[in-house]
Amino acid sequence: MDNIVGKKPALTWAVNISMAVLVALWLFPTLGLLVSSFRTADQIASSGWWSSLGTQERQVPAIRVEGTEVEVDGRFVIEGRLFDTTDARVSAWGTSSRQPEAYAPGQVVDLDGGATLTVIEDGTYVLSSPVTTEGTRLPRIFSTAATPPEFTTENYRAILFDPKNTDGMAKAFFNTLTVTIPATIIPILVAAFAAYALAWMDFPGRALLIAAIVGLLVVPLQLALIPLLKLHNDIGIGKGYLGTWLAHTGFGLPLAIYLLRNYMVGLPRDIIECAKVDGASDFQIFTRIILPLSFPALASFAIFQFLWTWNDLLVALVFLIDSTGETTVMTKQIVELLGTRGGNWEVLATAAFISIAVPLMVFFAMQKYLVRGLLAGSVK
Amino acid sequence: MNPALQGLITIIIGVGGCVGYFYASNLFLDKVLFPARGIEKGKADRSRLVGMLFFFLLPALAIVLLYGRPFPLVVLQEAGNLFRLVLSVALVWLLYVAVNFLLPPGERTAGDNITRANMIRPWLFLAPALLALTVYLAYPVIETLRLSLTQRLPGGGYAYVGLQNYEKMFAEPKFWEALQNNLLWLIVVPALSTVFGLLAAQLSDRIRWGNLAKSLIFMPMAISFVGAAVIWKLVYDTRPVDQEQIGVLNALYLFFGGTEPQTWLTIPFWNSFFLMIVLVWIQTGFAMVILSAALRGVPEDTIEAAIVDGANPFQIFFKIKVPQIMGTIVVVWTTITIVVLKVFDIVFAMTNGQWETQVLANYMYDKLFRANDWGIGSASAMIIMLLVTPILIWNVYNARKEMR
Repeated sequence: MDNIVGKKPALTWAVNISMAVLVALWLFPTLGLLVSSFRTADQIASSGWWSSLGTQERQVPAIRVEGTEVEVDGRFVIEGRLFDTTDARVSAWGTSSRQPEAYAPGQVVDLDGGATLTVIEDGTYVLSSPVTTEGTRLPRIFSTAATPPEFTTENYRAILFDPKNTDGMAKAFFNTLTVTIPATIIPILVAAFAAYALAWMDFPGRALLIAAIVGLLVVPLQLALIPLLKLHNDIGIGKGYLGTWLAHTGFGLPLAIYLLRNYMVGLPRDIIECAKVDGASDFQIFTRIILPLSFPALASFAIFQFLWTWNDLLVALVFLIDSTGETTVMTKQIVELLGTRGGNWEVLATAAFISIAVPLMVFFAMQKYLVRGLLAGSVK
Repeated sequence: MNPALQGLITIIIGVGGCVGYFYASNLFLDKVLFPARGIEKGKADRSRLVGMLFFFLLPALAIVLLYGRPFPLVVLQEAGNLFRLVLSVALVWLLYVAVNFLLPPGERTAGDNITRANMIRPWLFLAPALLALTVYLAYPVIETLRLSLTQRLPGGGYAYVGLQNYEKMFAEPKFWEALQNNLLWLIVVPALSTVFGLLAAQLSDRIRWGNLAKSLIFMPMAISFVGAAVIWKLVYDTRPVDQEQIGVLNALYLFFGGTEPQTWLTIPFWNSFFLMIVLVWIQTGFAMVILSAALRGVPEDTIEAAIVDGANPFQIFFKIKVPQIMGTIVVVWTTITIVVLKVFDIVFAMTNGQWETQVLANYMYDKLFRANDWGIGSASAMIIMLLVTPILIWNVYNARKEMR
């Protein structure tokens, strides 16, 4: 139908542009976080992240002249560079904080005692003095320079690999992983068996059970918090991984059963009947035929459950994290950082991006299954 | 023990236990209990004896011992001893009837055995899932209802207080604020998500890079609410007036003539909308994926007929396509509605309900774990449940209709 509708060039343009705007709007916030996580605290605080992508002009904090003194033609000369890169362009400089833009690049400025200082455009400076400057305080240089984009991976090093950093995410990362993997694998198996029974076995009450599962699909998690916490305390699990795994298993089951059952019902009846005629037991049919054939549905549920458990905060808060904080997960750690390090965007952005990165990778790698699961999972 | 190791062991026990349970129970059913051959009288009696021992006597003993005494696992602990007694007797009797039916005295034919095995098997397959669903979802609903009618006593135990918790909650302005905000969320978020999703679906189906566009708009689905909260806090960030703004919104606001930077999240009423945008941003991808599939399912001949009749693209979209996918739009709408009702993380991480942004789920969390008031906490949970119930019923109704 696309050869008839909307093929007018003007309309195609409009469609392309509006879509581009929409995508840009949707991408922009995430991009901001990603870019910010690669900037230093100074950079983040002094300019918006969007300006870091292009060359930007900004005031550089004061830099004190330093370097080895060389005697040239009877004068003592120190040469040095203001920046590590050679791409920076100085547009103005000064020697006092009151007048940081007093001089133009290339200008030779007389300092006290007959010394001269000059800063040229690419950031090199020359301090020339009739007497040795050794042992004296050298002047500071304030400059305004256009610097090319500059990024650092220091934030990630500090947050992930610095064991002394209390804001570190390494421990939380492994805790999240510890919660996620069993909580993803266990419900799949339990649900697969139940889904098979609901799809291919005949027994009284089957329709009722399916209806009940559809109902449980939307029961808010909030209702389960207190009763289960009480239950866990009573039977001695308390707060910890075991309770969290169980809780995630329970909460994930309705969707798992629903998805898998819908998928299994659609499998061809002939295959199952042939297998039965050949003398296969239900258990064999299930493990040899149904399970391999249901791989797409299993995969889509696995992705759902993975994303849900990885991104979860509430269940972890209630069932996992005790007062010692040893079992904190990434989402909780980030909320904590939001409270304590609210203004330190280099910490926040990096921490958040670390927690986002894994789901994003899973998302892009297995998007096909996720979409398929969504289409099957929304109650029609 | 190292949690990672514990996790590994749990996986092995969990998966191995599941497989082992299913395998062993099926084997037991087919080989021992009901083998697919006839059983003469003497053997049948022996099997009945063994069956009675394992399936009636031991469970019955367990029921009496565990249920007869106050035991923490028991749901209806405070419902009175008489009630417990009656219930355990009824349970034991039911068990006896069931076992007696499955293992009748006298000889059995192969057919009898196979029929019986096939009657039990579905329940073997279902048992672990049913147990988990009952304990982790069904029981909490009832228990929360009960807790919402009780009050925790200082020395332990609970007292029945009727509707007092609800009355107390209704007297709190913060509750009404939460409810009001929640209703606002309920209108704004599903509406905007659906509209944007529909727009994105319609546009992306017409362009060459549509799949890329879709996956970029869909991407926030993978991002946690907490991560999204950080992302958007950066967007809403505010710096003092004399500094350069690092939040996009303030930068734009000043660029377009605003006089001084705003602290967006502290402006009552409007700040709720800034929080809602976060959820819209996440949910649009979901709406788009579902609606895009529905749009592709619209029969082409209806569209061709409209074109022949001279309809313009907008008429085709609003008068031909949208009415045909109305069912899907409703599904998307209700699904997002449920997400909205449960929304917790975003508010918790961004404002924690300050500056009049409270929502029910966060209000409940506050009551439960900060004020430690389980009664009102449960009551507010019941309000959330109440709001979900119409959708629950509608879903069940539709699912049943579809199965018939």
